[in-house]
Amino acid sequence: MKRFIQFFIDFLRSGFSGGILFWAWMLLLSFFIMLWGYGEFVQIRDGMIVTGLNDQVSWGFYLANFVFMVGVAAAAVTVVFPAYVYKHHELHRIVVLGEMLAIAAVVMCLLFVTAHMGRPDRLWHIFPVIGIFNWPHAMLTWDVIVLTGYLGLNIIGGFYFLYKKYADTELNKTFYLSVVYIAIVWALSIHTVTAFLINTMPARPMWFHSMMPIKFITTAFAAGPSLIIIVFLLVRRFTPLKIADEAFHMLSQIIVWCLGIALFLTLSEIVTELYPSTEHSLGLQYLMFGHHGLNTLVPFFWTAMALMIGGFILLLIPKVRKNLLVLPFICLAVFIGIYIEKGMGLMLPGVTPTPIGEFAEYTPSNIEFMVVGGIWAIGFFVLTVLIKGAIGVLLGDVRYTESESRTVRGEQTRAATT
Amino acid sequence: MSKQETKVKDANGTSRRDFLRKAGTYTAASLSGAAMLLSNPKPAKATANVSWAEHFQKNYRLMTDDEKKEAVERLEKRYSEEFGKKVKVGSEPAIEGVLLGYALNIQKCIGCRRCVKACVAENNQSRGEKQQIEWIRVLRMEKGQFSAEDRDVHGYPEDYGIQVGGNAYKPAGVVLEGQHYYEPDQVPEKDAFYLPMQCMQCEKPPCVKVCPVRTTYRDPDGIVVIDYNWCIGCRMCIGACPYWARRFNWGEPDLPAEEMNPDTHYLGNRPRMKGVVEKCTFCVQRTRKGRWTGCVEVCPVGARKLGNLLDPESDVRKVLASKKVFRLRADLNTYPKFFYFMD
Repeated sequence: MKRFIQFFIDFLRSGFSGGILFWAWMLLLSFFIMLWGYGEFVQIRDGMIVTGLNDQVSWGFYLANFVFMVGVAAAAVTVVFPAYVYKHHELHRIVVLGEMLAIAAVVMCLLFVTAHMGRPDRLWHIFPVIGIFNWPHAMLTWDVIVLTGYLGLNIIGGFYFLYKKYADTELNKTFYLSVVYIAIVWALSIHTVTAFLINTMPARPMWFHSMMPIKFITTAFAAGPSLIIIVFLLVRRFTPLKIADEAFHMLSQIIVWCLGIALFLTLSEIVTELYPSTEHSLGLQYLMFGHHGLNTLVPFFWTAMALMIGGFILLLIPKVRKNLLVLPFICLAVFIGIYIEKGMGLMLPGVTPTPIGEFAEYTPSNIEFMVVGGIWAIGFFVLTVLIKGAIGVLLGDVRYTESESRTVRGEQTRAATT
Repeated sequence: MSKQETKVKDANGTSRRDFLRKAGTYTAASLSGAAMLLSNPKPAKATANVSWAEHFQKNYRLMTDDEKKEAVERLEKRYSEEFGKKVKVGSEPAIEGVLLGYALNIQKCIGCRRCVKACVAENNQSRGEKQQIEWIRVLRMEKGQFSAEDRDVHGYPEDYGIQVGGNAYKPAGVVLEGQHYYEPDQVPEKDAFYLPMQCMQCEKPPCVKVCPVRTTYRDPDGIVVIDYNWCIGCRMCIGACPYWARRFNWGEPDLPAEEMNPDTHYLGNRPRMKGVVEKCTFCVQRTRKGRWTGCVEVCPVGARKLGNLLDPESDVRKVLASKKVFRLRADLNTYPKFFYFMD
């Protein structure tokens, strides 16, 4: 037990150590986190009226970010799956970093949902036993199960591995691998259920199609690895941890395939909806072309399409894909493209027009921007600490020593490199 | 009037220019955020005196009779203090052998919206500048979606419009081909008819199915009710409702004490708090005492009929037996108990 507490302390100490660049980064994030605190404070004091939402558009920026981040969380599987199922050696070495990313992403998801709730003070109403958990009827309860389950699996899997490494003892393979394999399947479930959450409502025809889950998964497995590649490149740049080129090649291949399928599904959706152009396609038409002058979403949609298609074409070229100087920029483009397409580009035309046919345009309020920006900052904050801690353990800098004068070796080296 | 509901948020939202101007304020404010969190903000009216016990009470559906009595007394005390008059909070259960149904004669309806007003007065909805909530929407329907005047006189519309649909002839018109922001000099208009909508009290309500905490449920008399004290404000039900019948209290409701109707019901028209969903309950505070709903009572042309679907002699059953009757969005299998008919 004492050893476990020591692990916890050493892990955090390693996570919170770094040079001037590190502290500047954390300070910047802290600033945005304070904005989040203020935004939440105002929203809880005055109610959701401080957002841009209304009865016509009652789901907006918060849920858009939620849906997107669930995908990023699920995408940790793109590191875990090749590592364990295909025994990809290079990914296997850094698999725990993928799990850390998943933890940070799920934390963000939970914060987005809380921000979306009109009565966060009543959150306990949804807890089983003390509240009422409308399971299996309500899709939201399924989402609660899969998300918290996924968070738990990643915490257990990731930290069990790190702890064993820290204590320098043998992994219990049966236990560890079963956690890993369950987590792989579970990752698919979180995004599938999130798709079911919104595509099981015939009142919203744009979402009411069975392609939603697979589209969610393919876009997630394009956006997620894009972020992972960027994070891994930063890790390779700023820490002594070696990540081989093959790991990046593997991930960029996953992006190409998934992005290609996602674009194909988007094309199918557009043709299916627009060819007959029934009233049920008005949401999609509003997104693509606007509606009698209400065309805020139009430039966003086409930007997203350009980024995704451009990224796909570039990534198809092996020379470009394998160029690790260009790759992060393509990844950023893909990430932003999918963030638009699957965030606001999915949420707003889904609820516009309303079931009785009213078009209302929605722009997030400043409070919403503060809260969302702050949650992203919290995500990056958590991710930075987790990754730095994990790298410390992986490199062997942070390890258990019996002696009283425990020091975190290599702290200076890392500080120097950062 | 009803436009305000959409405009509410416009008045509240800020433009990009405001953002730049306010950015400085926000920065300063967020730095002193910790201090602000500690300082006590001016408490909003209806939530000021909420007792500890009210925060931790059970869901109404699962309360024992004693607990219900306790909860009701607690509320009566709080509301009476708040509104400065004796407020009654009813807890009448559904009457046995009653399944409420509603029938609306679209041939008679003249689109005067007196029902909308009466509903707001009866059911204590939020009103005023900041947030105006109405449970009934009257859609103005063009006959056959063809307005001769538009085509013959105005020509094809060209300039861009605002919010409700820009330059379309029909600001609304996706599923139901009607719009609810009409403001003619007088009603009824020559080339239109009217289709009022409110909660349809579905027998298979999609809103109940998606509620993660079962705060909204179908009572035995067929009314879909909400325990406002249990609602977490996730708005899944608003997403699931195909009739756009549910409303959300975006801010603290604005209910002047002198206009407040003190005869309330726990599941019906008692004052709501911010952050919860509400909707039509067929005036549960009235119907469970054998009275008509507010909208039935006020309708000047007798277009609205309420009755017990289990009683063959009731108005609604007679309508169902003898008139041409239809329901909205029958394809969704929600089985509304709100029928439309023509003579």
